[in-house]
Amino acid sequence: MSLHVPSPAAPPLTVDAPVLELRSLTRTHGTGIAEVHALRGISLSVYAGELVAVMGPSGSGKSTLLTLAGGLDTASGGQVIIEGQDISTLGRKGLAALRRRSVGYVFQDYNLIPALTAAENIALPRELDGVSVRKARKEARAALEEMNLLEIADRFPDEMSGGQQQRVAIARALVGDRRLVLADEPTGALDSETGEAVLALLRNRCDQGAAGVMVTHEPRYAAWADRVVFLRDGSIVDQTLTAGADSLLAAGGAE
Amino acid sequence: MSIRHGLLALLERGPRYGSQLRTEFESRTGSTWPLNVGQVYTTLSRLERDGLVAQDGEDDQGHALYSISDAGRTELRAWFETPVDRTNPPRDELAIKLAMAVGAPGVDIRAVIQAQRHHTVKAMQDYTRLKAQSLGQAPANRDEVAWLLVVEQLIFQAEAEARWLDHCESRLIRLAEAAATEPEPGPPPGAAARTAGRSRTRR
Ligand SMILES: Nc1ncnc2c1ncn2[C@@H]1O[C@H](COP(=O)(O)OP(=O)(O)O)[C@@H](O)[C@H]1O
Ligand SMILES: [Mg+2]
Repeated sequence: MSLHVPSPAAPPLTVDAPVLELRSLTRTHGTGIAEVHALRGISLSVYAGELVAVMGPSGSGKSTLLTLAGGLDTASGGQVIIEGQDISTLGRKGLAALRRRSVGYVFQDYNLIPALTAAENIALPRELDGVSVRKARKEARAALEEMNLLEIADRFPDEMSGGQQQRVAIARALVGDRRLVLADEPTGALDSETGEAVLALLRNRCDQGAAGVMVTHEPRYAAWADRVVFLRDGSIVDQTLTAGADSLLAAGGAE
Repeated sequence: MSIRHGLLALLERGPRYGSQLRTEFESRTGSTWPLNVGQVYTTLSRLERDGLVAQDGEDDQGHALYSISDAGRTELRAWFETPVDRTNPPRDELAIKLAMAVGAPGVDIRAVIQAQRHHTVKAMQDYTRLKAQSLGQAPANRDEVAWLLVVEQLIFQAEAEARWLDHCESRLIRLAEAAATEPEPGPPPGAAARTAGRSRTRR
């Protein structure tokens, strides 16, 4: 078989600081015989323009890695550095501001606010960050339009299907100019066509300069990433390289 | 792979010459399975022998043209209508490798699985880039649509393999856990001397 595979986008310039850097990150739950090592020393850098997929069996620490990277949980050891700032030095207010401004987070279970419509859910973090209500609403509608969801702008979460809620959650994470997008199984509730559309959006956002980390157990979606990191028992056991350096087809390695 | 039927399908659209058939076959399938002109002519002469195509004059540049016969059309129709046989699967090297790795001394089967998973996911990343590139230009003609289908077939196949590897790994872990909680079976009578020093011996 011989395919001409296009080269991936130019590798990120290593002179740039990573948007996200995890240094020897550990997370332990409980103590004594109930002690669970959810993460056992993870180091990972994600650069602007890069989409990294995290794969691994259930319980391997994928969600823990993502919640720590998004500043939603506190590490037992090691550091999380977002845009050059060690988030443990920020304090609660500083961290909340950084999260709203720089981090888009897609939760495994959507996490939409039940009392707000789709458009309001998307606009809220922007309003909290000081964007005018008018502008935030306008952005929200544009984000919904991009996801082909304008017709549900005024519906409440309990009036949407699981797939619609998931896409609203994704629109909420992508709205504004966030440099870091973290997504935990963003395709979970989606059929394959919608799942693919979501991946295309994430990919596009990273191509425009965001750094992305996506947890998925579906190889089909992981394949959209520049780099796939394999987690097992709280450790990174392997990863595919960025920039097609070991692209088997380019190397003529396929039979 | 059926080059025969592929060529018949292309000839149904009108008379063609050898290297033209080769070019069209490759643009349909994105050069995934390259043909050489020799294969095309060998196949054409067999098709001619079987009465499925006939030589049909020359074009302006003097290329020998072939056209499909009525028998060829019947054959082509039957091909489209008959499912591809999957009851007699070709040997699969990966399945054989994992089967051999089960319980093989000195082989870390999880490492074998991970090495394959890495390779398979990497291939999927390559195919997905091809697909994204193809979708980015919105497939404009039937060759581009056909090629997209072929790339997606490669992705689905690799995905099935990656999922099967996940499945193998979790099954092996479950079996190992179950084995660890079972009492160790004693060696068969008289076997102690022969198996001494080995942790596991299968026969
Ligand atoms: N709050 C918690 N208390 C105790 N153990 C936890 C807690 N959260 C996660 N864990 C454990 O940490 C490990 C990793 O969990 P998680 O990151 O959710 O895995 P994944 O997302 O890969 O399925 C699992 O063994 C899980 O049971
Ligand atoms: Mg999880």
